Amino acid sequence: MTHGHHHPPATGPEFDSGPPSEHEILSRAMQELLEERGVITAEQVRARMEKFEQDFPYRGQRVIAHAWVDPAFREKLLEDGKAACAEFGIDLEADKLIAVENTPEVHNVVVCTLCSCYPRALLGMPPTWYKSENYRKRVVREPRAVLREFGTVIPDHVSVRVHDSNADMRYVVIPMRPAGTEGWSEERLAALLTRDALVGVTVPKLTA
Amino acid sequence: MSSSPGRFTVGQAVRVKASYPPGHRRTPFYIRGKRGTIERICGSFPNPEELAYGFDGEPKRVLYRVRFPQKEVWPDYRGAERDLLELEIYEHWLDPA
Repeated sequence: MTHGHHHPPATGPEFDSGPPSEHEILSRAMQELLEERGVITAEQVRARMEKFEQDFPYRGQRVIAHAWVDPAFREKLLEDGKAACAEFGIDLEADKLIAVENTPEVHNVVVCTLCSCYPRALLGMPPTWYKSENYRKRVVREPRAVLREFGTVIPDHVSVRVHDSNADMRYVVIPMRPAGTEGWSEERLAALLTRDALVGVTVPKLTA
Repeated sequence: MSSSPGRFTVGQAVRVKASYPPGHRRTPFYIRGKRGTIERICGSFPNPEELAYGFDGEPKRVLYRVRFPQKEVWPDYRGAERDLLELEIYEHWLDPA
């Protein structure tokens, strides 16, 4: 649990309640059968899952920090996210990327209500809360309440825009660059850009 | 992308079909029947409703991002009036509004 927010017992973005879904049961049953027959081992499955995480490290912070310091790159990222990332040496593979920009008038947050579509090539594997039914159901319905649970309070004069990544596009949020970071190096700026800020559930802050 | 041969143009008012066919669909239930405007044209993509069953997804379908006021989607929405929801809808799920 990486967030300091509070939530009522047995709910909150990280947790789903209820029994495993039919698909989870099927996939577990399949894995057990394959293991019993010696086709695969549990260790191989675990190692593959670990490799998945290494295949897709969290690289989005470098792209966004670059967009903060280079207005031409920022324009390109907004225009064609995939091409901008390619220029930066990050191949998004099959993913099309839409970058959405936070401004003093707009706060963006991303979800996939149908499953857990996520820009893996840019942000790594999705966090558990992103895949939870709780987050997926509620952030489209009551985004401000969900954001508050992440410690993010959006004033009423700011438009909250929820982006449902329900088909072929993937999304990344360009947060607002905090005041007081003038003259910072890209590397130092990148350190402010947590994964959650690039999904839009938090905003980057200077820690005193 | 902008050369997409779609029926709809950016800014046009559309309504998502209130249709409930069985099978694999990428149009969430919560948005069916709702009215929004075209935010951008994303291009043409193999039809996921065909891909899901092992077909080739041809002919490709034009995909739009459609913008909805939250108050249109949820009449009892309690956030700010200006809050929006945007999602991706295939052309065959849209009618002019």
